[in-house]
Amino acid sequence: MMNSAAGPGPAIRTTGLTVVRGGRPVLHGLDLEIPRGSVTGLLGPSGCGKTTLLRSIVGVQRTAGGEVEVLGRPAGHADLRHRVGYVTQAPSVYADLSVTENLAYFAAVLGAPKSDPARVIHQVGLTGHEHDPAGRLSGGQRARVSLAAALLGTPELLVLDEPTVGLDPVLRQDLWQLFRSLAEDGATLLVSSHVMDEATRCDRLLLMRDGGLLAHDTPAALLDATGAADIDTAFLRLVEGAPADTADALEGGR
Amino acid sequence: MSTQRTLATARRVLAQLRHDPRTVAMLLVVPCVLLTLLRYMYDGQPQAFDRIGAALLGIFPLLVMFLVTSVAMLRERTTGTLERLLTMPLGKLDLLLGYALAFGLVALVQAALASALTIGLLGLDVAGPTWLLFAVAVGDGLLGMALGLFVSAFAATEFQAVQFLPAVLLPQFLLCGLFVPREQMADVLRWASDVMPLSYAVDAMSRLTVHSGVGGEVVRDLAVIAGCALLALGLGAATLRRRTP
Repeated sequence: MMNSAAGPGPAIRTTGLTVVRGGRPVLHGLDLEIPRGSVTGLLGPSGCGKTTLLRSIVGVQRTAGGEVEVLGRPAGHADLRHRVGYVTQAPSVYADLSVTENLAYFAAVLGAPKSDPARVIHQVGLTGHEHDPAGRLSGGQRARVSLAAALLGTPELLVLDEPTVGLDPVLRQDLWQLFRSLAEDGATLLVSSHVMDEATRCDRLLLMRDGGLLAHDTPAALLDATGAADIDTAFLRLVEGAPADTADALEGGR
Repeated sequence: MSTQRTLATARRVLAQLRHDPRTVAMLLVVPCVLLTLLRYMYDGQPQAFDRIGAALLGIFPLLVMFLVTSVAMLRERTTGTLERLLTMPLGKLDLLLGYALAFGLVALVQAALASALTIGLLGLDVAGPTWLLFAVAVGDGLLGMALGLFVSAFAATEFQAVQFLPAVLLPQFLLCGLFVPREQMADVLRWASDVMPLSYAVDAMSRLTVHSGVGGEVVRDLAVIAGCALLALGLGAATLRRRTP
C-alpha cells in the first residue's frame, strides 16, 4: 500500500475548534491530536457533536473558530481530497446505480486504478452483489458500499461516521479486522460509534459529551484511571466526575 | 477542471437515466404526443400551428430539462452524494459540465424526435435551416438545465423542487409571446418579458419558421439564451459549497 505512517506530525490536530450551528455552540474549543497509523474511536451519546467534529476534520463543516490540521494541511485543503476518505452516517451512494457502477464512478473521480472497485468490494465483503442496484441492498449492505467508496484510492486517513451501525456481530468483527489491517498498513482511522463495546478494538479513545472532550487516552489507561471494568462505566464515572464508590452506587442503580 | 472527471460524471448521469427507462420514455414521448395533439387542435389553421408548434419546440426542452435537473441535483444534495463528491478531487465545473453534457445529449435527442415529427409528419413549415432549429432547441435545454440547477439550491424537498416549475417557468410561459405578441403587451409586462430568457427561446423558434437563412436576430436570440444559461450555471456553481453550516 502507499500509506505513509512515517510522515511528520500527527494525522489530525485541532486547536480551539469551535462550531456554532443554528445559533447554538456545538463544539466549544476542542483540542486534540491523533497520531498516524492508529485506530481511534470517537465515542459519545447521540447528539454530542461527533458528526460535527468528523465533518470539521474532513473540511465540510463551517467552523466558528480554532484550527484543524489534517496530514499537515489545513482541513479541507485541495491536496487532501485524494488522501482522506470519508463515510457519512447515512450511506451516500446512488441508489439507482449498481454497486460496481457506483464505485467505478467514484474511482474515476479520485483517479484511482481501474482495478480498485473490485478490490474494495472484496474488502467490505460484497462479492456477489457487484451488479445489484445499491437501492435494493439491505441497509447494512448499502452502508458497506458507502464504506467501499471511501477505501478507493487507498487514502491515508479514513474518517468513518458510525460504519458498523445495523450490522450483525460477525460482519462487525470482519470490519474491525479490516480497520486493523488498514492501520497496520499505515493508514490512520477515526471511527465514531455510540456502541461502547467497540471501544476495546481501538488503540485510542476520544470520549465526547455535549460538544466537549471528556477524555482522550488508550482504553486501558481510561479503565485504570476510572477504576471501571468497562468503557460504559468509565464514561459514566467521567461524566459524574465522581470517586469510584459513588459511581459504583450509580451503576448498581441502573 | 478535468476532462476525465467531466466525462465520468456525464457517463454516470446517463447510466442513472438508463436504469430509469420510464423517465427516458416520458422525456422523449410526451413532447411528441402533445405536439400531435396541438396539430389536430388547429386542424385547418396551419398558420396557427406553425406559430404555436414552433414556440413549443423551444419550450419543451427547457421545461423538461428544468424539471429533471432540479430533481436530480436535489437528490445529490439530500442523499449526501454531493457532499461526498465535494470531499473528493472533483471540480464544481466537472460536476456541472458533466450534467450539462448528459442532459444536453438528451435534449438533442428529444429535439430531434420532436422536430422530425412536427416538420416531417405534422407539416410544420420551417423556413430556416434545420441545424439552427436544433441548436436553439439544445440551447433551450441547456438553459432549462442551468435554471433547474440553480433553483435546486433553494429547495429542501422534492415537493418544493417541483413547485419551482410553476413559480419560475409559468410567468415566463405567459409572457413569452405565445398568448399575446410581446409588442402588444403593456410596457411593464413587455419589460418583464424582455428580461425573461424563455422569450428569446420562443422568439428564436418563431423567427426560424418565418425567415430562411441564418438571420442576425436568431443568432442574437441564441446568444442571449447561451448567456442566460452561463449566468445561471455560474450562480448554480456558487450554490455548491464545499463547506456547509
